Formats: sequence, C-alpha cells, structure tokens
Amino acid sequence: MDHLIVDQIINGLQLGFMYALIALGYTMVYGVVKLINFAHGDVFMVGAFVGYFGFSQWGLPFPVAVLTAMAVCSILGVTIERIAYRPLRYAPKIAALISALGVSLFLEYFGSLKFVFGPNYRVVQRPFEEVQYHLAGITVTNIQIIVFITVLIMLAGLQFLIYRTKIGMAMRTVAVDHNASRLMGVNVDNTISVTFAIGSAFAAAGGVLYAIAYPQIHPFMGIMPGLKAFTAAVLGGIGIIPGAVLGAIIMGQVETLTSAFLSSQARDAIAFGILILVLLIRPTGILGRTEPEKV
Amino acid sequence: MLEVCDLNVFYGSIHALQGISFNVNEGEIVTLIGANGAGKSTTLRCISGIVRARSGEITFRGQRINTVAANKIVEMGISHVPEGRQVFPNLTVMENLLMGAYTRKDKNEIKNSLEEVMERFPRLRERSRQMAGTLSGGEQQMLAIGRGLMSKPALIILDEPSMGLSPVLVEEIFNIIKKINQQGTTVLLVEQNAFMALQVASRAYVLETGRIVFSGDAAEVQSDPRVRSAYLGETEECAS
Repeated sequence: MDHLIVDQIINGLQLGFMYALIALGYTMVYGVVKLINFAHGDVFMVGAFVGYFGFSQWGLPFPVAVLTAMAVCSILGVTIERIAYRPLRYAPKIAALISALGVSLFLEYFGSLKFVFGPNYRVVQRPFEEVQYHLAGITVTNIQIIVFITVLIMLAGLQFLIYRTKIGMAMRTVAVDHNASRLMGVNVDNTISVTFAIGSAFAAAGGVLYAIAYPQIHPFMGIMPGLKAFTAAVLGGIGIIPGAVLGAIIMGQVETLTSAFLSSQARDAIAFGILILVLLIRPTGILGRTEPEKV
Repeated sequence: MLEVCDLNVFYGSIHALQGISFNVNEGEIVTLIGANGAGKSTTLRCISGIVRARSGEITFRGQRINTVAANKIVEMGISHVPEGRQVFPNLTVMENLLMGAYTRKDKNEIKNSLEEVMERFPRLRERSRQMAGTLSGGEQQMLAIGRGLMSKPALIILDEPSMGLSPVLVEEIFNIIKKINQQGTTVLLVEQNAFMALQVASRAYVLETGRIVFSGDAAEVQSDPRVRSAYLGETEECAS
C-alpha cells in the first residue's frame, strides 16, 4: 500500500511536470502582456503532433523531434501574437481574450482537417520501449526519468535566461511597465515576441513528452491539459514563474491521487473546483501578493 | 541641440498640446514650468517617443526624431527620467542601473558608468542588491536619475524630480542636477516647484493649458509679476 502511494506520487510528479511546461507559458505571457493566451493549450497540441511526425514519420531521433517541435511552435506562438494579439494590445482586455479563444478554436478545427492532422485519434508508437525499474519496491519508468530530466533542464535554463541575461531582465521590466521599459531603450515588441517564442517552445516540449507518456494524440488533446495548466498557473499566482511550477506540481498530485484513491471520474471536477476556490479565496494565488504601491 | 516646433498632441478629442515650440541649447538647463495639466509631461513624453504628436516636428542634433521609436531615441542620446520615478520594483538596484545601460554594448564602459553613478549616489552602492521597491522615495528618485545617466545621454530629461520629497532632499536633488549639468550633460527639467527650478535653470518656458505663454531667461521669468503670482507661491492654487 505504501509503495502504491509512492508510485502514485511519482506518476503525479510526471503529470505535474508536464503541466509545469504548459503553465510557464501561460504565466510568462500573462506577465508581459496581461493576457490569458487561451490558444496556448493548442500550441501544446501542435507540438505533440510535430514531435510525433518527427520521430514516427520523418525518422528523426527523439531529441531532434522534440527540438523540431519546439522550433515550429515558437514560430507559431510568435505568429499568433503578431496577428491576433498585437493589434489589440492596448484595446480593452476582453477583445484580446476573445481573439485568443478564436485562435484556440481555429487551431483545433484547422488541425482537424483531413490534410492537416485529421480528426481522428492516433496511437503514438513510442520511439523506444517503455522500461520499468524497480527500486526498493518503487516503480519508475524510463519515460518518467526522461520527463523529469528534460523538465528540470528546461527550468534551469529558464531560470538562467530570466535572471542572468539581458533579454531576461527586459522581460522582467516589460512585465512591470511597457513605457518605462521603452525609456530604457527596450524594444517592447521584440521582448514580447521572445516571451511568446519561449512559452510556446516549452508547451511544445510538454506536448511531445505528453504524447510519449500517454500515447494517444488528437486535435482536441490540448484543451484539458491547457485548462489544467491554466488552473496551475492561477493556483501558484499568475505571472509568477515559480508559482506556475508549484501550482503544476500540486495539480499533478491532486489529479493522480484523486484518480487512484477516490474516483477517476471526480478527477476533473476536483481540479476545476480548485480553480474556483482559488479565485474566490485567494485570487492572487499561493505565491502572489498584492504589493502596496509606493508613490 | 533640441528643437521642438509647433507640436500638437491630442488625447482623443482633447487638444493637449496646442502648437508648442521651444529649443534647448547644448550645455543649458532649460525648465518647463506650469500647473497640473498644462502639458509639461506630455511634451516630454513626445520628445522621448512615448506619445506621438499629430503634427509638428522635433529635431535632435539636426535629426528628426518625432517618428523614431522610443528605444532608438535612447540610443541617440536622450534619456528620460519619468514622473513618479518608475523604477522597476521587482529588480535589484543594480539591475535597475544596468537596465539604464540597456542600449550600450561595451561591458567595460558600462562598468565605468556604474562606478560613476555609485560614486555620485553612495546610497545606491549600499543598497545595490536590494529590490528597488524597498527603497524610500528619495532613494528611488536617486536611482531613477542614476539609471537615466547610465545610457550616457547628451540630454537628460527630468520630469518632476522633486515630487514628494522632503525639503532637504529637494535641495540635494537640485544640487545633483546642477552637478550633472556642469559635467557636460544638457538638462531639460519639468517642475512644479518653479522656485527651485528657476534657481538652477538658465532659461524657462511657462506652459498654460497646452501653450507656451511666456519664456525667457530664468531670472527674467522669475521676476515677472504674472509668473510670481501664478507659480511662485503668491496663490495657493498650484501648491499641490
């Protein structure tokens, strides 16, 4: 029984780490443009498909397939921002939000077309066999190890980028004030594009890992993980990067533990119940705080 | 050095600047004074490219800049220290200063400028690892000015640098402004504290509801009875 709990916690961690990759995109984009990019889950879906085509049809080695998916999705993310959000940047927020929903539906239904991804579920043939390791009665799979290592490397990379590089510093100032950043000589448009590129690349990596871990993909596969990751970002405190990771890990645990020990049907209800509770009780999230303004 | 010619700015249907013209010569301190809403900050925001004029022309060292992007204007040598300081509260003092040098490439020269600014504002050195949001108002103002100097501007634009500061600090800030100017940086200064501004400035322009109503040498402006009654404390109106 104890081992079962530990196994489930590891499963939850795997799910949570993948949510983290998506949640980071939500939170970073929210940080710089104060917009919930509802098309983000669908970028994740495109990432899963590109990765899948990469390793199963184009014969790319798995890591190259992941990188290809990341590259394609960063271009997609930047394009979405250019076309659908930038013209509305200083319009009322509701306009950009509706535009985001439009992009989301577009990607889902465009992806469903026969000559794109097609409307059907596809079973993903993994590029390698799943191997289970038994250590002291605990079961870990090679897929879980790949997920953990990839996500940890990406998080470390992101941390470095945001706190140790010039563009990262610009991303942090743009998150506070566009005009004050311009006065420093920051090209705000480019900084926002970079943010979309990074967020989308992370979602793409998440998509490919997801397709390997839960080997079935379809054009609407981004909706649920997208909403869960959004919940994670809100739970941790939207706009706060460590918050997204924390929220994602919590969501992963809640979801797996609910399925394992309560009922797998209650899983989503509980996940979104958390979203409602957070919004009601602590809308700034776990790590968020309302800063007193200094005049 | 800076020529502003017949500038017109609208916010929606509000005609905020109604044909403003003035100039700043190399080496001067020029001040724009006037009440709240006269258009002083708007004028500055136009120069630094944050607000676009509907018509008129701004030239800096012979180049038209009113269609140039704000981030390019910084590179051309204009640094704007905005009203309300606008330091980045989530960045350390050091990072705020480095942001000021965002357009510069040479790491050694940036280091030198950093040293100069720390020399000028010892408090910033003490607090360099602290988040800027934790500084007091006076320290934030010094950080904002220090950050403005980090781009090595030929012209520094200061918007209400004395706002909300104690009289001792106001004195200190104005001394710093004088020093910055003596070391070769041209200064365009907007102030509600017209008295102090006229003490340090060489020339002044008085703005009223989007127009320049009066201009001249600082001493001349200071002694003008209209200016005295409106801006130098003989009425309470603009004391806020």
